[in-house]
Amino acid sequence: MAVDVQTTSNVAPVAQRGAKGMSTLHMAIFAALLVAGLIAPFFLYPVFLMKVLCFALFACAFNLLLGFGGLLSFGHAAYFGAASYVAAHAAKVWGLTPELAILAGTGAALILGVLIGSLAIRRQGIYFAMVTLAFAQMVFFFSLQAPFTGGEDGIQAVPRGHLFGLLNLRPDFTLYFVVLAITFGGILFIYRIIHSPFGQVLKAIRENEPRAISLGYRTNRYKLAVFVLSAGFAGLAGATKALVFQLASLTDVHWTMSGEVVLMTLIGGMGTVFGPIVGATVIVTMQNYLATWGAWVTIVQGTIFVIAVLLFREGIVGVISKWVKRPL
Amino acid sequence: MFELLGITPQALFGQLLLGLINGSFYAMLSLGLAIIFGLLNIINFTHGAQYMLGAFVTWALLHYFGLSYWWALPLAPLIVGASGIVIEKLFISRLYHLDHLYGLLLTFGLALIIQGVLRNNFGISGLPYSIPPQLSGGQNLGFMFLPNYRAWIILVSVIVCFGTWFVIEKTRLGAYLRAATENPTLTGAFGLNVPLMITLTYGFGVALAALAGVLAAPIYSLNPNMGAELIIVVFAVVVIGGMGSILGAIVTGFGLGLVEGLTRVFYPEGSAVVIFVIMAIVLLIKPAGLFGRTA
Repeated sequence: MAVDVQTTSNVAPVAQRGAKGMSTLHMAIFAALLVAGLIAPFFLYPVFLMKVLCFALFACAFNLLLGFGGLLSFGHAAYFGAASYVAAHAAKVWGLTPELAILAGTGAALILGVLIGSLAIRRQGIYFAMVTLAFAQMVFFFSLQAPFTGGEDGIQAVPRGHLFGLLNLRPDFTLYFVVLAITFGGILFIYRIIHSPFGQVLKAIRENEPRAISLGYRTNRYKLAVFVLSAGFAGLAGATKALVFQLASLTDVHWTMSGEVVLMTLIGGMGTVFGPIVGATVIVTMQNYLATWGAWVTIVQGTIFVIAVLLFREGIVGVISKWVKRPL
Repeated sequence: MFELLGITPQALFGQLLLGLINGSFYAMLSLGLAIIFGLLNIINFTHGAQYMLGAFVTWALLHYFGLSYWWALPLAPLIVGASGIVIEKLFISRLYHLDHLYGLLLTFGLALIIQGVLRNNFGISGLPYSIPPQLSGGQNLGFMFLPNYRAWIILVSVIVCFGTWFVIEKTRLGAYLRAATENPTLTGAFGLNVPLMITLTYGFGVALAALAGVLAAPIYSLNPNMGAELIIVVFAVVVIGGMGSILGAIVTGFGLGLVEGLTRVFYPEGSAVVIFVIMAIVLLIKPAGLFGRTA
């Protein structure tokens, strides 16, 4: 049972894309985004921008699973948060360099993805969402009780360290460009996955799973693979976030975090390439402005959810994609 | 025998009782979810918020109108159920032609709004609500002390659950409902008003959640987040039981409450996650759920 996301955005058949797999339009947009990313810290607060970048990667990872795999996970905070904890622990207690800490976090998310994914793909649709949510809650309780996570306090004052033991990441400005490189690399990797033969099979499964099975595809393997990949990228985002804020806390593993990434993807446009980036930017900016308003953030987010589901299911990029009649 | 395990019978039966009470809530909530899912094909993520609303309306009736617990017992489910009917008419009914996952997302958004509004108005510290005087005190059963109110929760829950089961499985109204669940188009062709049945079913499921909220008000901390954590556990209960059968939802609910209570005696650290572990095992052995029908 697949989500009927964005069949409109897939109007252009695969053959129209360049032989190298990336259309000129997409390449131009990626280039523009990169330029924007390079000049942005000269105008805006780098920590805010790094938050946007981390969530953009998180949302893209989530969209890989929902928009292209057709699987709605309601527990992606588990991978984001677990990676955040492991990276923070590795950097602070084990004294690993930042790149190794991030790798450790991502590895933890991949392992968690294999464990939860292999169980969750046994159910479809709504059950899949509930199973992933329940397992994420289990990770939350584990994080609350485990000795190394610091309970309610989380892991604080995580050292950013020196990249490869050389480059000091303490200044926000330096760290920003590392985070930009990680996010951009991650998103390009996801883009490559989507447009690979593997990605095409995923789309086939999303559109009609029984048919994909009858064509001889072992759909469960594909679903597990995309689940694990998505968990891994979510972990990469979470681990990076731990270094940016020098903090891993229960917020990262809470179910509200899982809801937020769903919202970012929904607002931006499920199943689009650039939607999650736009959605993450919108939601993080909104949270930034509403930060002093307390519970209003929840109310506004809930309202956006309701409006998006009722009236705006294509998302921002989905609508633009319809206007320009090109998949974005 | 108990001494051998280092556990007093008081502790064991005390935890089993607590487990049974948790089970009562699991059963009522998963029953509501199952009924709503059966006819509407959506997972009502607002269920936890509606349970919380039931408790808050109970509090508000006393605080603003001086209406006691006994008034709240019928009134709160009616009020919250009516609000559920409005929600179904205004929002959910627009999504039936879409993938079921949109219903999940919509009700998730509604739950966020309800929780946010109440958190704005009441904070998260929790409101006081005392046990009605007629049900305070308790019985000494010899091997344990049984507080009257706890016995009352179990009694009400069992009556409501099996009452619902009886109505759905044994009466004419229930037969219409089962027909509409099985094949809504055909049922409509026989002249039954299926959209009305859908609306009322949603209202009833929501009212069940609110009734659980009324029962919870005097014993659990009354705060806007009380439903959010609970509903995730109930989702796991629903996955374990499978939503195919009404009786299955009830039995699974009570059973898992007991298992949770037992875990609290023998391995307290695991009590928060035991239901999720059972869910993992059930997914491995019988993916469709204990009472589920494989599609």
